[in-house]
Amino acid sequence: MLGYTITQWLFGILSFLAIMFALMVVFSRNPVNSVLYLVLTFFCIAGHYILLNAQFLAIVHIVVYAGAIMVLFLFVIMLMNLNQNDEPQKTWLSKIIAAVAGGMLLFVFVGSLKGAEQLNLTAYGSSQIGTVKNLGKVLFSEFLFPFEIASVLLLAAMVGAIMIGKKETK
Amino acid sequence: MINSISINYYLLLSAVLFTIGAVGVMARRNSIIIFMCIELMLNAVNLLLVSFSTLHGDAKGQVFVFFIMAVAAAEVAVGLAILSMIYRNVKSIDTDLMTNLKN
Amino acid sequence: MIKLASLVPLFPLIGFLINGFFGKKLSKGLSGTIASLSILASFVLSVLIFIELNGSAEKSHVIDLFSWISSGTLNIPFEFLIDPLSSWFLLIITGIGFLIHIYSIGYMHDDEGFSRFFTYLNLFVFFMLLLVLGNNYLIMFIGWEGVGLCSYLLIGFWFKNTAYNNAARKAFVMNRIGDLGFLLGIILIFVTYGSISYDQVFVKAGTVDTSVVTAIALLLFIGAMGKSAQIPLYTWLPDAMAGPTPVSALIHAATMVTAGIFMVTRSNVFYSISDTAGMVVAVVGAATALFAATIGLLQNDIKKILAYSTVSQLGLMFLGLGVGAYSSSVFHVTTHAFFKALLFLGAGSVIHAMGGEQDIRKMGGLKGHIKITFLTMLIGTIAISGIPPFSGFFSKDEILAHVYEHNKVLWLVGMITSMLTAFYMFRMMFVTFWGKFRGTHSQEHHLHESPSTMTIPLIVLAILSVLGGALGLPEFWGTPNWMHHWLDEIIIRKNPSILHHDTEWTLMGLAVAGAVAVIYFAHMMYNKNKVLPAEKEEQLKPWQRLIYNKYWIDELYDAIVRKPLDLISEIFHKFLDIAMIDGIVNGVGMAVKGIGSGVRLLQQGNIGFYVVSMVLGAAFILLVTFLI
Repeated sequence: MLGYTITQWLFGILSFLAIMFALMVVFSRNPVNSVLYLVLTFFCIAGHYILLNAQFLAIVHIVVYAGAIMVLFLFVIMLMNLNQNDEPQKTWLSKIIAAVAGGMLLFVFVGSLKGAEQLNLTAYGSSQIGTVKNLGKVLFSEFLFPFEIASVLLLAAMVGAIMIGKKETK
Repeated sequence: MINSISINYYLLLSAVLFTIGAVGVMARRNSIIIFMCIELMLNAVNLLLVSFSTLHGDAKGQVFVFFIMAVAAAEVAVGLAILSMIYRNVKSIDTDLMTNLKN
Repeated sequence: MIKLASLVPLFPLIGFLINGFFGKKLSKGLSGTIASLSILASFVLSVLIFIELNGSAEKSHVIDLFSWISSGTLNIPFEFLIDPLSSWFLLIITGIGFLIHIYSIGYMHDDEGFSRFFTYLNLFVFFMLLLVLGNNYLIMFIGWEGVGLCSYLLIGFWFKNTAYNNAARKAFVMNRIGDLGFLLGIILIFVTYGSISYDQVFVKAGTVDTSVVTAIALLLFIGAMGKSAQIPLYTWLPDAMAGPTPVSALIHAATMVTAGIFMVTRSNVFYSISDTAGMVVAVVGAATALFAATIGLLQNDIKKILAYSTVSQLGLMFLGLGVGAYSSSVFHVTTHAFFKALLFLGAGSVIHAMGGEQDIRKMGGLKGHIKITFLTMLIGTIAISGIPPFSGFFSKDEILAHVYEHNKVLWLVGMITSMLTAFYMFRMMFVTFWGKFRGTHSQEHHLHESPSTMTIPLIVLAILSVLGGALGLPEFWGTPNWMHHWLDEIIIRKNPSILHHDTEWTLMGLAVAGAVAVIYFAHMMYNKNKVLPAEKEEQLKPWQRLIYNKYWIDELYDAIVRKPLDLISEIFHKFLDIAMIDGIVNGVGMAVKGIGSGVRLLQQGNIGFYVVSMVLGAAFILLVTFLI
């Protein structure tokens, strides 16, 4: 259609949505709105993952990020009763400086990517690299040690969070 | 099907998302928003890793993303715990008021 | 035995280490005994080496200890050379050193720095032995510098007195000036010949242009000027009398000051090739001899008289070296070591008897009180005046005969010097030992002969002064000149004497007659007419005052050398040191502090600011890495 393949259309829409929602995350006043926009951004990125043959990762992404991390954020926001819209804003000067800095970063990124080769994303191996089976094979053979350590890391984080969050016993 | 998109577009998309996250960190005073923008930055990187993994046909990129997600989850848990503690003590999560490290 | 020659300097070194580390804990007797025994061991070994060398046909033995410096073309092994010259000097150094050690046990008995004294003495002997034993100029230089150091330590031994410290410093600095010349000479030798080992250099000595050889010879002689107190670097020696008398005897009479003679004799090939250098050496020696002798005429400190006499005799030795009479000069070194050490030790005995008084105007009539000292000193004085059959006569006459062959003017200077020597030495004797006692009552009560540790070395040295002449009896008497034969090997270019026998007899007769006449004149003046040295300087006539003030040479050096140096030093201190260098160093510190206090204000504690800086920094790095 219109000289572009379906894939390119999908890519374009998903990218556009992702960027738009990301901008809304940054610019919305209400913190709850920011959280919701972020969730939408994650969905778009998950869509990208599916485009890239990373099916398992897409599902995991949604479950972990949108399902757990964002819920956590919402809980904390509710706890702190941050529903008010009159939340303090940074000064205009700071915002301009932030925008300029960000702009410079973007400029450098784009500039350094300018001369990059135009490599087409072909599925070298197969479309199966992202399946559970394949990923599991790699994860449990080559990356067994980091996998186990990751579980230890999560345990440590859990314990740490509880320790930090405990009320001091008088 | 994927053959028609070149890697450069993903590079650019990732860069843009990363920059938006960076601007968010710099331009907001609410600590939780800052946290979320950090998550956004992490996701931009994840996207890039996955796209390169597809480019090279190597599953290692996706495994890396896996681990990044695990670490991000842990980091959010601990970070929010700290934030709660600060809220309990200072009654505010405005970063401009947390200047105890001055000079 | 020759193979064990490396033990000879080792014994004094061990003595030095033991006394140096444990001296305070040892008793005085033990400390002195250890030091003296180490020198005795070296002496015994030197005697054995000498005997073995005498019997062996090969007169030059090299003992390789280890390869010391080896870099590129520069190859300097640490080797000792045992040949007639070095073995003879070994005997002198260890023999007289041993006697002086025994003497010091008695002389320094009441001093609290007793063990320190012996530590330094042993160290000195070690370095002196190194100097004569080395097979190349660098080892000699080590010994050279080392004895200069020990001279400084020993002159300033009683360091609580500032004047003594200044004297020590003066000696060291003047020595250093000479050492610069010496070092330049060594470097020139290396550049010219590619090596500094004696055997390699002396063989090739004549292969280069004479002007180079002259330069080498003169540079080496500058070192000798400093070490052996010749004009213009002689003023330290009279001031060096500030040290204890055994030090004056050992270092400034018998050994260290003869290092210059040793060096020139060892390098005799250079001085034989280059007539200019030889003439310079002879002229400087003669001038020094005469100059110092005139100053000695009016000195009143018993040690200063002996000091100037030493300078004068050294000048005579250099005169002999300059005309090519190497064995004669070494002979005179030997006899001079005997009688000058004797005289110094005797003077020490006199000072000991007088309770520390050194001015001869306050002495007199001592010959009844300290008989052994008197007799031995008389023997020494007769020897130095050149009266036969005492040793000084033979050695001095041999030198003068060679000088006469070479240059009549220099011979005349030598003759006058000898006569002056006889005069002021007997003046010293007459004023000190004859006549009435002119000191205080308490001093008179205190007069006593020195203990046997002090008198026995005096007696031994007196015997040597009497019999030492046998070492070098003149050839034309029909007797063989042993010293001449012994040292014949090391003299590269022979210079035999061609004087007619009658001339030699005449010269001898002239010398003796002159000496006797002068002694008679002194006797008349001081004994019969009871002329006493002037009590105050104002009583002196102008020419006498010139001599009495040592021609104001010290003051001259002060004005020419010391004041400008002090001025330069002051300027450097004020402008370079304080203003610039301190300014820079302090300035750096203050700059860092200033920058620090400025940059510190960046830390506002505001997280947002930090993040912005981080992002900007990352952007900058990426910019530099990828786009530029």
